[in-house]
Amino acid sequence: MVARLKKPRQVNTSEDKLSIPKICGIETEYGIIAKGMDSSAVTASSLLINSYVGRFDKSIGWDFEDEQPGSDARGFSLDDSFPAEIEMHLVNTVLTNGARYYVDHAHPEVSTPECRYVDEALIYDRAGEEIIRQSMVAAKGFLPEGAELIAYKNNSDGKGNSYGCHENYLLARDLSFSKMAALITTHFVTRQIFCGAGKVGTEFEGMAHNSIAYQLSQRADFFEEEVGLETTLKRPIVNTRDEPHCDPLKYRRLHVIVGDANMSEVATFLKLGTTAILLAMIEDNQFSESLLLTNPVPAIRAISHDPTLRQKIHLQDGRQLTALEIQYELCERAEVYAKNYGLEAVGQQTGEQVLRRWRNVLDGLKQDPITVAHIVDWVAKKRIIDGLTQRHNLSDRDIKLKAIDLQYHDMRPEKCLALRVGLETLVSQTSALKAAVSPPETTRAYFRGMCLTKWPQDVVAANWDSVVFDIGSGPLRRIPMMEPLRGTKAMTQELFGRCTTSAELVAALGDDVSTSSFAPTN
Amino acid sequence: MPERTRKPKTPTTRAKTETKDQASPAVSGEKLIAELDDLLDEIDDVLESNAEDFVKSYVQKGGE
Repeated sequence: MVARLKKPRQVNTSEDKLSIPKICGIETEYGIIAKGMDSSAVTASSLLINSYVGRFDKSIGWDFEDEQPGSDARGFSLDDSFPAEIEMHLVNTVLTNGARYYVDHAHPEVSTPECRYVDEALIYDRAGEEIIRQSMVAAKGFLPEGAELIAYKNNSDGKGNSYGCHENYLLARDLSFSKMAALITTHFVTRQIFCGAGKVGTEFEGMAHNSIAYQLSQRADFFEEEVGLETTLKRPIVNTRDEPHCDPLKYRRLHVIVGDANMSEVATFLKLGTTAILLAMIEDNQFSESLLLTNPVPAIRAISHDPTLRQKIHLQDGRQLTALEIQYELCERAEVYAKNYGLEAVGQQTGEQVLRRWRNVLDGLKQDPITVAHIVDWVAKKRIIDGLTQRHNLSDRDIKLKAIDLQYHDMRPEKCLALRVGLETLVSQTSALKAAVSPPETTRAYFRGMCLTKWPQDVVAANWDSVVFDIGSGPLRRIPMMEPLRGTKAMTQELFGRCTTSAELVAALGDDVSTSSFAPTN
Repeated sequence: MPERTRKPKTPTTRAKTETKDQASPAVSGEKLIAELDDLLDEIDDVLESNAEDFVKSYVQKGGE
């Protein structure tokens, strides 16, 4: 149960501790090209995913019943905002590891299952990469000789088109959204110094592409608002989509669209970990307002456009600080918070690792960014760009540099540059491959994944907060999963051991099961 | 199964660290510079041969 956390052990006696477990996940839209064949991006994405799910007996459809992407956290709703997939019948599946694998607009997207800890979410993000790689290999079997589908884990094509890598964090419903948004913006604007994926040139409207040689972030050029509902136009630094995919009276899901997709595992770990800790601090009212920014939209771009990290930005308290200085303050406050409140919202042990690595990466950036080339994507990429520029006497506007930028994110192991630059890894290949098929054990994703593993023929559809069964007689049965921390392995292992059919499962769950109006569309 | 056949040729190849609990200190800049030549050899080997075609043909639709 997600009751309010008990007071942590070594902690002060604060009665106002409100932070809830920071359940999290990542949605990654991959770039895709069809080489040696004529194909639209939508067709290529569908083919990629179908090649993967076609290897299994039956793919499970997504249930759209509870989708409300037009719902705004500020309390209103867009009319007629149904997910496009409903009308277009695009490929949309749920995997046995609890993830969603589907075509979003014109991209293949993997949404990791919900994870209790950020290091688990990292493993499932890596699993997503392996799923994409396996899909590319499987697709070759359906394509003409010499043709292939190639996916890229990046966020822009260098021509003004961007696609996202979104993070999600569980928040308490009674937290003031506007206050949270203002506070976390400071982190979203400055964290790119260690989780930016690096980009050659700029795509900011009105600037010539080559007016900037290199910048920290793939995405910073595309943000035009501080807070808002959009994700494809006038993108906001804080997205207000209010679609918790769980009990809406108790929870929010913060849908973060501002980040880059990382090739560096440590960068992904830090991106999730630092954000989750700061969100817990905001819930516990331990995030000082003295770090509010005056003008975040130009600031996110200005920081990205300066790889020397000397750019200063204005704070509301009158100070002008660099992103690095602001990150040091955030890190120090998080360290104090950890001492006083504990880190149970993110897991004590995981949280301590996050804090250690956070300080280390800041120290490295301060000393000389090259010292963190094994951790920070923009540094790793810049290192080979600078190296090849010097070796081949290239201009800093040479198109070869843009090719390096793109190929850094190539998902083919034989072509991927990120796999060659000496990035430190945290996830073994064995763990990533296991996570591609098995669900995490610490959230309801375990229940979803186990249902799909044990009874794929009986699951008609599934989504984040329910599984729909056809047990062979009577109406379809919907099992709601409105509590993200229910349905864990600890809570359901015995149930899955005992039930040999889905009908037995439905009978065992009794009153928790409702009949469903879900009508499969394919 | 994906092919994981990247050449294990230089010490710069992605080194695996299973020690999750250990925050590694920043590695020395000198070591990275010394490794750079080998790394650049490898990058030169795998880079798409026609950079211009590759970059121009990499066009995506916006997403999200």
